[in-house]
Amino acid sequence: MARMTMVEAIRDAMDVMMGRDDGVVVFGEDVGYFGGVFRSTQGLQQKYGKTRCFDTPISEAGIVGTAIGMAAYGLKPCVEIQFADYMYPAYDQIVSEAARLRYRSNGEFTCPLVVRMPTGGGIFGGQTHSQSPEALFTHVSGLKTIVPSNPYDAKGLLIAAIEDPDPVIFLEPKRLYNGPFDGHHDRPVTPWSKHDLSEVPSGYFTVPLGKATVVREGSAMTVLAYGTMVYVAQAAAAETDIDAEIIDLRTLLPLDMDTIAASVRKTGRCVIVHEATLTSGFGAELAALVQEACFFHLEAPIARVAGWDTPYPHAQEWDYFPGPARVGRALVETMEG
Amino acid sequence: MNSNMTSHQPLTLQVPEPAVRPGGTPDFSNVKIPKAGAVPRPEVDADPESIRDLAYSIIRVLNRNGEAVGPWAGLLSDEELLEGLRHMMTLRAFDARMLMAQRQGKTSFYMQHLGEEAISCAFRKALSPGDMNFPTYRQAGLLIADGYSMVDMMCQVYSNSRDPLKGRQLPIMYSSKDHGFFTISGNLATQFVQAVGWAMASAIKNDTKIAAAWIGDGSTAESDFHAALVFASTYKAPVILNIVNNQWAISTFQGIARGGSGTFAARGLGFGLPSLRVDGNDYLAVYAVAKWAVERARRNLGPTLIEYVTYRVGAHSTSDDPSAYRPKTESDAWPLGDPVIRLKNHLIVRGVWSEERHKQAEAEILDTVIAAQKEAESYGTLHAGAKPSARDMFEGVYAEMPPHLRKQRQQAGV
Repeated sequence: MARMTMVEAIRDAMDVMMGRDDGVVVFGEDVGYFGGVFRSTQGLQQKYGKTRCFDTPISEAGIVGTAIGMAAYGLKPCVEIQFADYMYPAYDQIVSEAARLRYRSNGEFTCPLVVRMPTGGGIFGGQTHSQSPEALFTHVSGLKTIVPSNPYDAKGLLIAAIEDPDPVIFLEPKRLYNGPFDGHHDRPVTPWSKHDLSEVPSGYFTVPLGKATVVREGSAMTVLAYGTMVYVAQAAAAETDIDAEIIDLRTLLPLDMDTIAASVRKTGRCVIVHEATLTSGFGAELAALVQEACFFHLEAPIARVAGWDTPYPHAQEWDYFPGPARVGRALVETMEG
Repeated sequence: MNSNMTSHQPLTLQVPEPAVRPGGTPDFSNVKIPKAGAVPRPEVDADPESIRDLAYSIIRVLNRNGEAVGPWAGLLSDEELLEGLRHMMTLRAFDARMLMAQRQGKTSFYMQHLGEEAISCAFRKALSPGDMNFPTYRQAGLLIADGYSMVDMMCQVYSNSRDPLKGRQLPIMYSSKDHGFFTISGNLATQFVQAVGWAMASAIKNDTKIAAAWIGDGSTAESDFHAALVFASTYKAPVILNIVNNQWAISTFQGIARGGSGTFAARGLGFGLPSLRVDGNDYLAVYAVAKWAVERARRNLGPTLIEYVTYRVGAHSTSDDPSAYRPKTESDAWPLGDPVIRLKNHLIVRGVWSEERHKQAEAEILDTVIAAQKEAESYGTLHAGAKPSARDMFEGVYAEMPPHLRKQRQQAGV
């Protein structure tokens, strides 16, 4: 075991897999010599050579398009889109191609591909370095979508994603790279070294895709969260003194409905939180699924707390971000409802 | 301020137009055609800078008298040429039968190759087993020339119970890994850059296989085309970048995509790619240029861009009527002729073929195609007979079916 930040855990996952399988290749913008703008690939080119880890032209469609060709050949590309906000030029390749190769060729061609993307706000990145586009991926049949919230999960899930036979979108909440941020932007940063889940086994291990985890047990209500909002939800529960059960979804698709439904049936209340914009966000899908599965157990309307339906602003970042105060209000209202 | 008060003239938008529209007299005087044999053949390791003029000419082998002439001639034996003729004739007969089947309501859609048969049929013969094509919808000659089963192709067109793709794809969007034929997307240009990635993978693994990318004149306007050229150029990928310029993108003439560029091949020059232009209706020229590019890729000398100059004689698909956007007789005026007739004439000049044998071969090929069609139809057509099960619809989205799809399959009751 070693203490790792989320960045170190992600790098370690790629290191482990590049060491185990010479078909694993890593590339993207600034990924090779420099090791990535967030340092997630630092040292990989030196260790594995520049045909295994390399810099690419600034062309997201080119990065994902070539990666699809490599995956069809039989490699296991793990590519980086520098910010999730930059993925739109690659969206056609992801949606029309990566997600459908297996289906449309009846299994002749497959696409074991991982696309890593830093996601979410909280770093004063403005509208082009802060978005959370997960719902644009969960809407696409053929993709799996993951959002880890801590170093342990990040490493185990990324290894599982690289081993997965289908394309996986791996969204890394960038505000969590260096610590479990709970939304209190005006307080000192808590480093990962003080968090239990920064204890990460060395070498190979996996966290299975499609399994949620209960990060805080409770009986009064269920809070569904992922990524940065896992910590915001915990802060909100502590500050409102509500006995909330908080579930870290970890994988959005395939979704662990068993864990979700068992919890909501127990608590009778459900609050869904995400950083992405509200309308048609993944929370809408969660709300629909929870009411289908748990309607007769619900004692209050399902509440959603999300980013406002505006572009991600710069100066108003903390008015936009669904922090502990807003989440806390939703928890209180749901208890009263 | 009123613009008239400034010293500048008002700006005007320029929208290119084809030389002739319906009702007019076809005019291809703008297509500059060099004499067969006139374009030199450089060494395959030539510096791309030294052969830039090949992007502006047209490499041709067969002359008007049916003779093979010049430095690109002499690569194929009588047997190989006779086989090539048979492939093109088979593809043409296959198309004719499937087009008729679509009109009879046996399938929803079809796309034919009429006039473009030489390109995919000859190109396939320049590749080796294990190489991979990333084709568009008008390269079925790659399959025919590699001996893929016509019955399987027809079953795919009919989306019937023996459809290798289980009814999931539009007709003609074939897939055959064994025959080096990547699953056709139906989206345009996306696969051009995937071919570059496949070729990069082969180089990463120190393999000996190469890839071939395919695109039409119209789709070169997509950003994926540009991305493909950047990546191919940067990493010197062992890939052949094929542009089939058949003059028409549905109803849009090639000038809309080409813009101010002299030729489509010339797009490669800015990337430092060897860029060749070839007579796409000349089986021998297509083969010779493909062979040159294949050898270049195989020797790790990097990518080659090839523009095949041809003409789409038929409609884009069964969903459009060309007489609405171009003169009906335009194809008769196309100066590069018909690829089947040109190869036939060449074989007659070589003394290994005759009009009688050609007629006989046409009849034999038609019989073979009809027999394949009968067999394929015995497995069903789109609206009649056996077809893929609704249960199959839920399979193969992922390697392992996730819970939500299992639930939906139950809801569908299949």
